[in-house]
Amino acid sequence: MIAFIIRRILQAIGVLIAVGLIAFSMFRFAGDPVNQLVGIDTPAAEREALRQALGLDDPVPLQFARYIVEAAQFDFGISYQFRQPVSDLLASRAPATLELAVVATIFALVVGILMGVYSALRRDTALAKAFQAVSLIGISLPTFLIGILLIYVFSVSLGWLPSFGRGETVRLGGWTTGLLTGSGWAAIVMPAVTLGLFQMTLIMRLVRAEMLEVLRTDYIRFARARGLTNRAIHFGHALKNTLVPVITVAGLQFGSVIAFAIITETVFQWPGMGLLFVQAVQNVDIPIMAAYLMFVGAIFVFINLVVDILYTIVDPRLRSSLRAPT
Amino acid sequence: MHNPSPSPTPATDLETEEKAAIDRQPSLLVRALDSDMMASFRRSKMTIVAAILTLAFFLLAIFADLVAPQNPFDPAQLDLFDSRLPPIWDEMGMLPYLLGTDEQGRDMFSAIAYGLRISLLVGFLGVFLAAGIGITLGLMAGYLGGVVDTVVMRIADVQLTFPAILIALLVDGVAKSALGGQLDEGTTLVVLVLAIGFSFWVQYARTVRGSVMVEKNKDYVAAAKLIGLPAPVIMARHVLPNVMGPVLVIATINLALAIITEATLSFLGSGMPETMPSLGTLIRIGNNYLFSGEWWIVAFPGIALAVLVLAINLLGDWLRDALNPKLR
Repeated sequence: MIAFIIRRILQAIGVLIAVGLIAFSMFRFAGDPVNQLVGIDTPAAEREALRQALGLDDPVPLQFARYIVEAAQFDFGISYQFRQPVSDLLASRAPATLELAVVATIFALVVGILMGVYSALRRDTALAKAFQAVSLIGISLPTFLIGILLIYVFSVSLGWLPSFGRGETVRLGGWTTGLLTGSGWAAIVMPAVTLGLFQMTLIMRLVRAEMLEVLRTDYIRFARARGLTNRAIHFGHALKNTLVPVITVAGLQFGSVIAFAIITETVFQWPGMGLLFVQAVQNVDIPIMAAYLMFVGAIFVFINLVVDILYTIVDPRLRSSLRAPT
Repeated sequence: MHNPSPSPTPATDLETEEKAAIDRQPSLLVRALDSDMMASFRRSKMTIVAAILTLAFFLLAIFADLVAPQNPFDPAQLDLFDSRLPPIWDEMGMLPYLLGTDEQGRDMFSAIAYGLRISLLVGFLGVFLAAGIGITLGLMAGYLGGVVDTVVMRIADVQLTFPAILIALLVDGVAKSALGGQLDEGTTLVVLVLAIGFSFWVQYARTVRGSVMVEKNKDYVAAAKLIGLPAPVIMARHVLPNVMGPVLVIATINLALAIITEATLSFLGSGMPETMPSLGTLIRIGNNYLFSGEWWIVAFPGIALAVLVLAINLLGDWLRDALNPKLR
């Protein structure tokens, strides 16, 4: 067990170093970092001094090692466009993105599970068929089109919800939150729905399939034989047993939610990390791009690691198969 | 028409006989129409509608310069006095602007037809590149095994943890940085194709590798090795044709994804410029006019994109089921 966890952690570190290599190559070889930092009329001697100061004349493996060590201490260099440390920029944008991602995931879980349970229990009703059609559209349509459609309906036509920004925010220590004000909640509704829609359809299909599977099993038949009410059977026995895979999928998808926030944040001008990244791509701000890549990579690796370890703790059957060398 | 036997039958009779024999063999078209695939095609009304819509979009893109009343890329043909006109069914609308005009007096129908051309071009080229990279690496990984296999599949694993749109944005940013700031239309198009190619190759590589691992132990590969064919020839001429079925299905579904990715990049401002708009660029432009009441500037390109993607997805689903004999 301990050996397995240690091996998984070593693998995760290996993946992170590989991602770091890509980030470093982008930073070092796609355009000259010195040219990005200085003006056109900077004299050559000054450029050379800056080159020395940044250590760009050192051997490349040494530079890479330094980059990784600094990244591990959350030092990703200076943004070309803002002239500020990238880590400060990311830290100031992180609350917006994390709040959006968490609200979107909760929305996807609650609505997805409700729709999934309904369409499994009342399979042939018109509403269940409508849910299936909605899920097809949710998977096919590009995210930004859904966002624009929502803005057109709820901001332009009805005027109910704001179309951009976070509304009023409250500072709690180093964290700015929009979840304590009414305008903050009004502002998060449409971005969260847009971002969560894909996950919602995924969860709905999963719950529906799992419920149909579970309802056929013997212990459900036995529960019916005991004369339990439908409600107790459906929610106390069937739904409970479908929730493990659902929560796993929702957890594993959390990384994609953060990455897909790039698009949602642009549509709704949500001041999070995704918007920062899109602006960095447009303005060729490589340090931000590299740092964002490392950040998303770290989140994915961390979630996968936690899920794997939790699985082996929860389900002893997996241990023997995972102990075999990979 | 040689008949070796000294038969007294006149030549004309022989010819008709042979023709009759050919006629008894149904022609390729008839056989195609009679096949299982066509049967499953005819059974599904949705698929027929999707196929007709897809075909209509392709034709509109190919014949854009014949169908469109205006060349939206040519500033000389644009009239600023005709800007922001609503669609023809609105009382303010006027001919020839069926779907209205944007802020530069660009006819929306023409812009969509030409934009469709760009979107489909980038989509197809992106899918070809992704399939090319993926098939090549997948063939090598599966056939050669060993270190090549490990390296390719490890890269694939790491890349799979990142959503395609993130990879595409990174490729775009790196290309801009390496080529220096703003790019012209042609270069942007190439960068978009590269971005899509590098984002979507993994799926092809994994599928092809899996099929190759099965195929390479079969007798025909052993026979090819025995007569001394070099490995590249065996891979390309003998193994490849046998693993193409699943690739075709992935390519169809990927075409929709590639079109969405291009549109998303263009919408985010990292894609086609306004001087040569794709559907995504048109939607980005139109998005700015949502609040001033000119809904048609964003609505029609958006509808075109949505319908195109849905139609291709439905075709892809049908193809996947039709080519999979287990599902029949």
